Amino acid sequence: MTDASLHIARPEGATDEASLRDYWQLLKPRLMSLSIFTALVGLLVAPGPQHPILAATSILWIAIGAGASGALNMWFDADIDRVMKRTRKRPIPSGRVAPGDALALGLFLAGLSVVMLGLTANWVAAFWLAFTIFFYAVIYSMWLKRTTSWNTVVGGLAGAFPPMIGWAAATGSTPLEAWLLVAIIFMWTPPHFWALALFVKLDYHDARIPMLTVTHGRAETRKQALIYAVGLAIVSIYAATTALGGPLTLAVVMVLNGVFVKGAYDMWRRTDADSDNHAVEKGLFKWSLLYLFAHFSVFVIEAALPFGGW
Amino acid sequence: MHRDHEVHLRRKGRNFGVLGVLLAFIVIVFGVTVAKIQTGGFSEGFDHVARPALVPSGAEEANE
Repeated sequence: MTDASLHIARPEGATDEASLRDYWQLLKPRLMSLSIFTALVGLLVAPGPQHPILAATSILWIAIGAGASGALNMWFDADIDRVMKRTRKRPIPSGRVAPGDALALGLFLAGLSVVMLGLTANWVAAFWLAFTIFFYAVIYSMWLKRTTSWNTVVGGLAGAFPPMIGWAAATGSTPLEAWLLVAIIFMWTPPHFWALALFVKLDYHDARIPMLTVTHGRAETRKQALIYAVGLAIVSIYAATTALGGPLTLAVVMVLNGVFVKGAYDMWRRTDADSDNHAVEKGLFKWSLLYLFAHFSVFVIEAALPFGGW
Repeated sequence: MHRDHEVHLRRKGRNFGVLGVLLAFIVIVFGVTVAKIQTGGFSEGFDHVARPALVPSGAEEANE
């Protein structure tokens, strides 16, 4: 290689040479870690023995599929990311990665992850992984995110699929219990995100993204968060009474949901005039993080206990 | 004294990263292959393996 290569015209939009870390950032590692955790829980609580290597590699392909969704999302949302402070330094808007490269990486990883999950586990799991990537990249990112204030709810569904894919990878089927895991994350996402939106100044308005706090107001957002929190409690407690749960799970989720609904109720009762620097919203957001981790962990503990289950 | 340009260092890092990913892919495919053979899930589909589903039953042979 000669220094002449330094002066070759770069693709439009790229002003700096990308490092490996930039490509890693394209995969949204935080989102990927949530998918890994929930998919692993789905795989572990599913009935039947699993080969450890096949189980571990199945989780890897699900994680790569989630990363592919992230890259495709970043490719399509580059114009929005350029406007918002929080996302301005991402690899595409900052010019380190050319949009075409991000698109190519996303499509390649999507194809690779689906085919490899099909070969490693089964084609039921591969189908749901492909559907999830399509749902997040096309239905959510390209369509609903920019057109409806229910984008948080719809986007939450895409993030809810990984435990069901993990279950399908282990068993080749998607029974009611697998869908209950989906329903828990689906109901959990709106109050989790809306609590954050109420105490952090997100500049979605500048990017013309119709978030609920902007389109329907903060009071309506508080009300909707409470409705979803109650719905989450119903789904969660029901799940604890099925083959997924047991006495331990039921006891833990009663506490988790009790605190969560109380927090959502307090958040609904208050207004922005209360001068405690959004302590209630921050408290609910932090509890929501603990909630999901503890809820999914107790399913695994219950499944592992010799005396667990009903 | 020769010093690598910062861009070349980045490219080197990227190239080694791709090398690592490719090596990891080889190890993973090998591991999955071994696991598949151990569990026997794929074996019946290939040649040189008895496939009971394709062996005609005695009753069918008698009818012919």
